[in-house]
Amino acid sequence: MTRRTRGLLLHGVLILGTVLAMFPFYWMVVMATNSTSDIYQFPPKLTFGGQLVTNLRNVLDSIDFWGSMLNTVIVACTTTALVLFFDSLAAFAFAKYDFPGRRMLFGVLIGTFFLPVGLAVIPGFVIMVELGWVGSLKALIVPAAANAFGIFFLRQYIHNAVPDSVLDAARLDGAGFFRQYLSVVVPIIRPGLAFLGIYTFIAAWNDFIWPLVVLVNPDQLTLQVALQQLNSVHGLDYSRIMTGALLSVIPLIAMFLLFARNFVGDLAKGAVRE
Amino acid sequence: MTLSRTAAPVARGRRRRVLAYWPQYLAISPFYVLFAVFGLAPLLFSFYLAFQRWDGIGEMQFAGLDNFQYLIKDDVFWLSLWNTLLIWVMSTVPTLTLALVLAVLLHSVKRFKAFYRMAFFIPNITSTVAISIFFGALFATNYGLVNAGLEAVGLPEVAWLQNAWGIKIVIAVLTVWQWTGYNAIIYLAGLQTIPSDLYEQARIDGANAVQLFRHVTLPLLRPIILFTVVLSTIGGLQTFTEPKVLLGDTAGTGQSGLTMVFYFYRQAFSHNDYGYGAAIAVVVLLVVALFTILNWALVQRGQSERSR
Repeated sequence: MTRRTRGLLLHGVLILGTVLAMFPFYWMVVMATNSTSDIYQFPPKLTFGGQLVTNLRNVLDSIDFWGSMLNTVIVACTTTALVLFFDSLAAFAFAKYDFPGRRMLFGVLIGTFFLPVGLAVIPGFVIMVELGWVGSLKALIVPAAANAFGIFFLRQYIHNAVPDSVLDAARLDGAGFFRQYLSVVVPIIRPGLAFLGIYTFIAAWNDFIWPLVVLVNPDQLTLQVALQQLNSVHGLDYSRIMTGALLSVIPLIAMFLLFARNFVGDLAKGAVRE
Repeated sequence: MTLSRTAAPVARGRRRRVLAYWPQYLAISPFYVLFAVFGLAPLLFSFYLAFQRWDGIGEMQFAGLDNFQYLIKDDVFWLSLWNTLLIWVMSTVPTLTLALVLAVLLHSVKRFKAFYRMAFFIPNITSTVAISIFFGALFATNYGLVNAGLEAVGLPEVAWLQNAWGIKIVIAVLTVWQWTGYNAIIYLAGLQTIPSDLYEQARIDGANAVQLFRHVTLPLLRPIILFTVVLSTIGGLQTFTEPKVLLGDTAGTGQSGLTMVFYFYRQAFSHNDYGYGAAIAVVVLLVVALFTILNWALVQRGQSERSR
């Protein structure tokens, strides 16, 4: 086999993979632009149709789509902002200060990785009842406001990216811990913050089991919970549910394509280093 | 006397040293406070609840080992364990195998690498709820695209979501779609850390492509493969969203989509049996821990054999 045919074969297989990875999005659009009866017949229609507006209206009639979208945006944005702030502050302390108990405290933090706290939804729910937070977005935001993964990742990042000499210079100028954080650390670690921000935002946007348990008011849901409700009520109206699914997926993918130039590579590098 | 005289300043010195670091303690405190309240406390409370009888409203009653004794005889629990393990194996083995193949292909390609990486990653950021709805529609009996395809080539249609194996196959296909690219990208990063002179040397020694893969690539990729296996185990044993969205609270024909997490969710939040739900959760936790340790042990053994 010549080099050239080998290369073509290789790209052929990879393009096939790309088509398989992208196909669901094409088919979602086909379903969302046709009526259910156009698709669910033999042979099915395989191309875009003109039913999008009708399907959209059906979705908006069945669930509070914009309300739940707004809730999701609020939860994802607030969580991301809090995570970035709390995690980077803690990471700075761990990376550059040798305070008493540092090793032990960091060991505890790493240990929490291995606790499957996702299994604690039942008592977690009971605690939310005690706090009176059931049904409120607080129940989603507050527990997620700081996490071990982000602190671990940013500590590594600060350790490598922020030179001690710059911090020493700032200290000589009389800058305390928080001053150094704001004017030295944050500007340097922007790329690391961008990575953690995207990661956190995606996780918050797609979270399902905890919002499903905690959001008990039907008029105060996140997108994922509203979507599953749409599905359980109108499960056989495929065009309607697919329009809902498509609408919930588009903003996240758009954001990802806009901001995530280095994201995929960074994620893989991090995994390999661990 | 002398002892206490020297000890006092040391203690005072240490306290002063601790106090001097107050901004750092303040900076790290949010994580520990949140973890204690919303992570550790619920986890410990799970263990406590597992020994109680409680409907979530009335008084709790101490139940001793009742919940666990019931669980051992509970056919539905064993069914959920069996379903979980089957779905996990049917999803993880093809996902990781395909990912490895894809990574090797990606590694040997020079152009469009960034494009492929991005395209293969997008399924992973798509929400599991949306994608479960999609696969439900794709595998619908009267004429989802899959059955329409079967019909077109003259094969009989299959009631995918109405039979025990069909349900598991749909969930496995969904998982393969969502996770192959993610794992391939992690493997690719691993492949890129393998120095190319190792391959040169082996090639000079007369190794062919298959031998190169078996004796150079695979051993050096071992820690990363372990990492992905552990992640897939922790994730796979907690499968919930896919069957919940695809099948609803009945978990499908003969409850064949009922996973362990689905079962304890249903016991607690649909049947208000919090004590029993917590007991199932505790057992799930032990199963996850057992499998994670097994994974470690297997790979450790493989490694020590190699170094011998």
